[in-house]
Amino acid sequence: MQTPTPSLDVRGLRYAYPDGHLALAGVDLTVPRGGRVALLGPNGAGKTTLVLHLNGVLTATGGTVSVGGLTVDRDRATLAEVRRRVGIVFQDPDDQLFLPTVAEDVAFGPANLGLRGAELVARVDEALAAVGMGEHRDRAPHHLSFGQRRRVAVATVLAMRPEILVLDEPSSNLDPAARRELAEILRGLPVTLLMVTHDLPYALELCDRSVILDAGRIVADAPTRELLADRELLAAHRLELPYGFAAR
Amino acid sequence: MGAGHAHVLYRESASPVHRLPPEVKLAAMVLFTLAVVATPRAAFWAFGGYALLVAAVATLARVGPGWLLSRAAIELPFVLFAFALPFLGAGERVEVAGVALSVDGLLGGWNIVAKGTLGVLASLLLAATTTTRDLIVGLDRLRCPQVVTQIATFMLRYLDVLVGEARRMRVARISRGDDPRFLWQLRGFAAGVGSLFLRAFERGERVYLAMLSRGYSGRMPAVWQGAGAATAGQWLAGAAVPLVAVAIAATAVVLT
Repeated sequence: MQTPTPSLDVRGLRYAYPDGHLALAGVDLTVPRGGRVALLGPNGAGKTTLVLHLNGVLTATGGTVSVGGLTVDRDRATLAEVRRRVGIVFQDPDDQLFLPTVAEDVAFGPANLGLRGAELVARVDEALAAVGMGEHRDRAPHHLSFGQRRRVAVATVLAMRPEILVLDEPSSNLDPAARRELAEILRGLPVTLLMVTHDLPYALELCDRSVILDAGRIVADAPTRELLADRELLAAHRLELPYGFAAR
Repeated sequence: MGAGHAHVLYRESASPVHRLPPEVKLAAMVLFTLAVVATPRAAFWAFGGYALLVAAVATLARVGPGWLLSRAAIELPFVLFAFALPFLGAGERVEVAGVALSVDGLLGGWNIVAKGTLGVLASLLLAATTTTRDLIVGLDRLRCPQVVTQIATFMLRYLDVLVGEARRMRVARISRGDDPRFLWQLRGFAAGVGSLFLRAFERGERVYLAMLSRGYSGRMPAVWQGAGAATAGQWLAGAAVPLVAVAIAATAVVLT
């Protein structure tokens, strides 16, 4: 039987910074189409470095990254397609939103893909509706609340109809209600999801599978519930459930 | 949390000046400034004419004199030297209120202050009526080299970011007992400039990475450029101010 092409297939990925520091020491990670995986790890584990390899912003020293069967390389056309397929939502929405209105910012990605006119407008409306921000399309991003800005940031990459949505610390700085609203939105999206976080309850809430990245290597890959129940494993990699929590 | 990318100088309005395409305003501003700079310094009436033009545009754009003048104060450190010229200049002297001033120095100082002020006011009017994004679009449409528009894009973005970060760092300093009086503030500020630069630099890099991840290839998508490029009529309307300025400058050159 033929297995369908996974959304993300990372093999033996190695990356050393120019100063020689090894940030990724051979990462293997496969995310099947439609899967929701949490990438856990302490600060400095190489999570963000790994994310920047997924769409070719950083070039690996060794190993390969394939997105929906397309292998990332330095070719311009390949890079453009890879960046369409991998939608990265960065941690700080103020880094992502830089245009005067919400609608223009959401249009930036699809416009870079060459969409114009009515097609572009439809794409913007669709993405804003998906995150429940349709009525704010003509507002300035800096007039929105932080939670709304993060939802708009999600819309800016949804508008590119990505194969896989990559979120860097999606729950950081959100108040409890905004955090729940975002979780509801993410759960309803019909895309593959890779969520980088050290918010363990959020990982449990959204992802059935988790992997732990530490010192540039995947050190654990298991159902989230199992992983979070293993206190020794968590402690060995500087991960902890918040006070009063226990995964059962 | 940070206010994001607030407009530092832009004033929201639907005035005729706001509605002019950015490339027209940019070209008009540059031409106006060139005419002002080319005017002989002794042609005082010409500078009066320029000031009237600036006032007329400001009225059309619904920008108040208080707003303009308070922001024009930014030129003060740059023209301080001009105020010293009448005292330092050599040659013929003239008695003003009991102080002997150099005629040449007076004219030199006037030259710097008048031209500087008019240039600053023209730029302020452009900034007050054009969003930063439109400015870049305007430069792009004027076939400005891509490198320049890119640098301008990031410079403008850094400006917003820098103001926000500086404000937060100042609040943090005051919260730890730094004395906010002007001169005393300088020391704390000077110490913070280094880290401010680093933070702004890192932020700029993250913004750029986020743009790259959404398929940015070094030029703003043509979708912003296609719609609303200037029509002949708009070029004509925008040309009114610089043409009058050029006429004034030409007259002044001929007469002196």
